[in-house]
Amino acid sequence: MNLLGKLDWSALPLHQPIVMGATAFMVLVVVAVLGFVTMKGAWLYLWREWLTSVDHKRIGVMYCVLALVMLLRGFSDAIMMRAQQAVAAGGAQGYLPPEHFDQIFSAHGTIMIFFMAMPFVVGVMNFAVPLQLGVRDVAFPTLNSVSFWLTASGALLINVSLAIGEFSKAGWWGYPPLSELQFSPGVGVDYYLWSLQISGLGTLLAGVNFVTTILKLRAPGMSYMRMPVFCWTALATNLLIVAAFPVLTAVLAMLLLDRYLGFHFFTNDGGGNQMLYANLFWVWGHPEVYILILPAFGIFSEVVSTFSGKPLFGYRSMVAATMAICILSFLVWLHHFFTMGASANVNGFFGVMSMIIALPTGVKIFNWLFTMYGGRVRLSVPMLWSIGFMVTFVIGGMTGVLQAVPPADFQLHNSVFLIAHFHNVIIGGVVFGLMAGYNYWFPKAFGFQLDERWGKAAFWCWFVGFYLAFMPLYLLGLMGMTRRMQHYADPAWQPWLVVAMVGTVIILGGIACQIIQLVVSIRAREKLRVTADPWNGRTLEWATTSPPPAWNFAVQPRVSGRDALWSSKRQALATKDEAPPARVYEPIEMPKNSATGFVTAFFAVVIGFAMIWHIWWMAGLGVFGAFVTLLAFAFRRRSEIEVPAEQIARFDRAHQAGAAA
Amino acid sequence: MNISVAIDSVPQDALPSASEAGPAPKRVVVAFGFWIFLLSDIVMFAALFASYAVLVHATAGGPTGAQLFNQKTVAIETACLLASSYTCGLMSLAINSRRYFRTYLAALITFALGAAFLTLEIREFANMIAIGATPERSAFLSAFFTLVGCHGLHVTLGLIWLTVMMVQVAVMGLDATVQRRLLCFALFWHALDIVWVGVFTVVYLMGVSL
Repeated sequence: MNLLGKLDWSALPLHQPIVMGATAFMVLVVVAVLGFVTMKGAWLYLWREWLTSVDHKRIGVMYCVLALVMLLRGFSDAIMMRAQQAVAAGGAQGYLPPEHFDQIFSAHGTIMIFFMAMPFVVGVMNFAVPLQLGVRDVAFPTLNSVSFWLTASGALLINVSLAIGEFSKAGWWGYPPLSELQFSPGVGVDYYLWSLQISGLGTLLAGVNFVTTILKLRAPGMSYMRMPVFCWTALATNLLIVAAFPVLTAVLAMLLLDRYLGFHFFTNDGGGNQMLYANLFWVWGHPEVYILILPAFGIFSEVVSTFSGKPLFGYRSMVAATMAICILSFLVWLHHFFTMGASANVNGFFGVMSMIIALPTGVKIFNWLFTMYGGRVRLSVPMLWSIGFMVTFVIGGMTGVLQAVPPADFQLHNSVFLIAHFHNVIIGGVVFGLMAGYNYWFPKAFGFQLDERWGKAAFWCWFVGFYLAFMPLYLLGLMGMTRRMQHYADPAWQPWLVVAMVGTVIILGGIACQIIQLVVSIRAREKLRVTADPWNGRTLEWATTSPPPAWNFAVQPRVSGRDALWSSKRQALATKDEAPPARVYEPIEMPKNSATGFVTAFFAVVIGFAMIWHIWWMAGLGVFGAFVTLLAFAFRRRSEIEVPAEQIARFDRAHQAGAAA
Repeated sequence: MNISVAIDSVPQDALPSASEAGPAPKRVVVAFGFWIFLLSDIVMFAALFASYAVLVHATAGGPTGAQLFNQKTVAIETACLLASSYTCGLMSLAINSRRYFRTYLAALITFALGAAFLTLEIREFANMIAIGATPERSAFLSAFFTLVGCHGLHVTLGLIWLTVMMVQVAVMGLDATVQRRLLCFALFWHALDIVWVGVFTVVYLMGVSL
């Protein structure tokens, strides 16, 4: 028996120069970061203040950092694919061999959905939801840390696959029979499966945490119909996570059983059924796209209302539309494979449902437009992203409704028209929304604003680049180009693919602008310093300092209406001659920092890596380690520390004096 | 469970309506959160049930459920598990009245019944594997072993959890934290019963008539 399972020196991609280059670059970046932290002597600070932190704001920021790093990784995959397709026309083979190209498109999809969009969405919710609800933290702070570190473990495993072994070549949904052992005997699919299982567990726990937080922990007076719309969309998203992610866990577990123990869920022989995988995968997969887009809708709602200086138009219809989408999203999954061969009635039902789900989204678009109508619109960076979204998302939505018609879908299925459609809604919706949220809440998180000029440059690059990169794909799809082509015969496609390549380069410019924006803003942070409420906000997160103290609010806020901060600002204006009532400070219970999340994640990586390479003893060790970690957590003596009232009072008075000056 | 105390501890004049009452007490938050987790677990079982239903006829020439299932064993298994839910309920009552000996006793019986259930299930699996009805034989058997085995895995985890909890009761006493955890355990254990009722019906009762 081999002590290291399937692992040996051949796992290193020594004969593939491109992969080796990427690996060397990745290792260099990691070494540089580690070296920087060591040089600054910041390890202890990092460990105490970040890695073991159970503060929802810090965890939220770490989620967003993970997402931005993975955005760079996923984007480098994207630009490699665009470059390949721009040159591999006619007889040309381009620079990427097929087995490498297949790994790149699989990694691009997997990374962008699971390790860019998901952590970004969860990170923004983590940061903003407890503040908007006017509470100290989420329901289960330590669990929150575990969730984050499990997500990070999955991301780590996927990046390890670049250097050790290979990644899946079966696309980001890993359809069998291609993903079965018979046709994918390597470790690629196992990397895919284990990193998704581990990060999926993290996401599920985050969903449980947020549903509980939103339903059970809100400031006194904050009834459901007084919650900010972002909290509503977060509630819908997390309900979807709780209801959909277990299905992903189940279906991936079945594929794992097929691959590891010779089960026959989806194999060609033994009575396996591949369409069972497709159905179960998309029962998770379609709610997943709403998991991503709903919080983005929430961000746009906050941004549009704040930067128009008006309450959101049609709050109730916005809530109703959100919850309608939440339910309808479970009734449309079959439109991902109309070509499966279901009866006309089944296809008809799912086609009609897919059209119906566009209606609540339309309601939202009109609500945002009417919010802007008659308002004093400030074209700050978050607002630019919002307007760019409204234009772009409507186009993507319409091409989606087009494909909801089954006969049309038969023509467009698996063509790059589809690629253009879902990038149109995911970039134009989710990414634009997250960028708006990033610029909107950054000053709250760090106490200084992001540079406006570079922010606007980034927006315009992304906006123009997006259209150049994806509008040609609509045309190419109609011309018959299918997705995932390493090379193609028809030279008529090439000019359009070159245009798409140019668009991608312009998006790269947008990303560069964002990095510059961050660097410039950090260097000029003293000039960009903000008070509690830089945007003239409406909701409770702008009522506390920027950045907020660990306990969020010195005094528990009490809510008497919608747009809680706005109404209290109006009230303060009306009664400005009277002195505000003296604040009564009380001691606050804070959860203690905990290494549980970090250590659990360490063992999760050990388990994942060991299972991928069939190193059974190491997997057993990992399970044992995780169990001991759990026991250590369960038996710890004190889980909370009390912040004395004087400390809170001192902080709050100093802050108020600072704000007055 | 002292519900009246929990309500009385909140000043009544501060309660305009339930949704405006402010953050809920920790016991409510924990139990509610665990409920949500259980719901997600049940969704996972739903996916396994659906797969089983799709694959139940895909025997690939191998044995069918009617040929394999022994209803007598399953009846005893079911009786063990349902009885263990009852003793788990007795344990909750003992915890609420803070009677340590009764808590331990009820936990011990719950554990024994759960272990008996598991033993019978493992024997059933072993017998099937001995006659060649392994999960590798057909898609039907893959789905069967996964669904029933996943429930069995949950029962195993429950038994480990119960053991750890009894150590916690001995070491830390019945403080608020331990009580909350025992409440979650009880929810978990009863939920496993509900899932088993589904397994019993869909797999064993319907399986014999197919």
